[in-house]
Amino acid sequence: MADHFIEDKSTKVAVNLEGMGEKVNFNDLKSGGFIKQRQKDLFAVRLRCPGGRLSTKKLVEISKIADKYSKKGVVHFSFRQSLEILYVDYKEFTNIVAELEKIGQKVASCGPRVRVPTACGGCEYNPNGLTDTQKMAEMVDQKFFGTPTPHKFKTSFSGCPIDCARTKEMDFGFQGVVEPVWDEPLCTGCTICAQACKEDAIVSDPDSGKPIFDPSKCIFCGDCIRACPTESWKAKRYGHTVRIGGKHGRHPMEAVEVCQFLPDGKVAEAIEKTVEWYNANGKRGERIGNTLKRVGLKNYLDFMEPVFKSGEAPLFKAPGK
Amino acid sequence: MADIKSDALLDLRGVMCPINFVKTKLKLETMEEGEVLELVIDDGEPIQNVPKSIKEEGHKIVEVKKEKEGFFRLKIQKG
Ligand code: HEM
Ligand code: HEM
Ligand code: SF4
Ligand code: SF4
Ligand code: SF4
Repeated sequence: MADHFIEDKSTKVAVNLEGMGEKVNFNDLKSGGFIKQRQKDLFAVRLRCPGGRLSTKKLVEISKIADKYSKKGVVHFSFRQSLEILYVDYKEFTNIVAELEKIGQKVASCGPRVRVPTACGGCEYNPNGLTDTQKMAEMVDQKFFGTPTPHKFKTSFSGCPIDCARTKEMDFGFQGVVEPVWDEPLCTGCTICAQACKEDAIVSDPDSGKPIFDPSKCIFCGDCIRACPTESWKAKRYGHTVRIGGKHGRHPMEAVEVCQFLPDGKVAEAIEKTVEWYNANGKRGERIGNTLKRVGLKNYLDFMEPVFKSGEAPLFKAPGK
Repeated sequence: MADIKSDALLDLRGVMCPINFVKTKLKLETMEEGEVLELVIDDGEPIQNVPKSIKEEGHKIVEVKKEKEGFFRLKIQKG
């Protein structure tokens, strides 16, 4: 309900804008990304920065443009990692969009569609990262940004179970995981892995020091693999734990886990089919979490079976005793 | 495993993350490739973090001993 109300306001902003004169090229504004400020005539211009990353060259150019068009000379880092140029006069929209276009910078979106994905640093440079979150965010942005949906559709990528990109609060979230396997002959019984595991999924055998593994406690973070001095713990496979139906806002909902180990190559298909299901089943103004509650998770899971079966939960062969 | 001879010793008990790792790194930088550093670190956070970082920097942990008093003795071969 609350969602509905605010989205309606966004439509009103667009309508008001259209009454403002011929000078503005409204084709440029289709995707939204221009947010009415409380100050008369002034808007925030939200830039499209998938994964919250920009090249330094672009940032320098954006700074110049922001300095020219922001009446107060300020920008803001949005909560979804996009840079917002504040205090821009609507009469300058055409100019600022043209200047941004010249440096290859696009404007982001508002409203009922697939939003710019967010992502942490992931495995590229974050020591905990298991998946290339930045690459995935870039791919999703290119393939799906702006696709119409019944209500907003937010995605994010976290590189590991610490989940800095908060996949549990997303309409559709992807969190990196790794399945550890133990190779007994290499193990020296040093007990480091039991120390490294923060989930008590590994305890050391009191005599040999070798790991006794409880797969039901494992959250697939890979700390044991990274700590083991002998490569006795190894990565069997990497993937994404997929979560759906989360949201923030006035009435937050926690996403539910629908796939444990989705491979990189299936992420695009998972989003495509989920958007297809959402468009077929969701009511206007209804977040996918509420659609799932109304229609039933089973309906969705049956539809997704061909994709999600590629990432089924691992069947653990418990090492140790 | 037979005791491996070490070329240097660094006792980092009571030194917190990530300073313990930085000190280890600085020490290793003064050593030759293939030499072995003996490192004493605390149980808990240090033993959870330091071995991972050492591996990531390309060194090899060649021996690990858990001491009863709540600390670990690692031998690291410079990579
Ligand atoms: C006219 C419609 C809306 C406008 C113009 C608007 C504007 C914004 C802006 C500028 C941000 C920060 C930038 C960003 O995160 O990308 C934001 C974030 C956010 N908005 Fe909205 N918003 C609108 C509707 C809503 C609605 C309907 C909800 C939920 C009921 C909502 C919930 C949030 C939340 C929770 C955030 C924080 C980031 C997140 O969790 O994704 N917004 N919004
Ligand atoms: C200088 C500021 C910050 C630094 C250096 C920082 C650094 C980090 C690091 C290294 C992690 C991984 C945690 C781990 O390895 O255990 C993390 C996790 C996280 N950070 Fe930050 N962070 C900062 C600010 C923030 C802010 C402002 C927020 C929220 C608004 C935030 C939200 C989170 C969340 C939700 C996690 C996920 C895991 C958790 O709760 O432990 N961080 N941060
Ligand atoms: S989710 Fe994991 S990989 Fe991503 S920033 Fe957080 S700790 Fe690093
Ligand atoms: S991956 Fe390893 S360290 Fe992480 S929870 Fe599982 S057993 Fe513990
Ligand atoms: S699996 Fe690795 S870390 Fe664990 S006890 Fe064996 S050698 Fe040590």
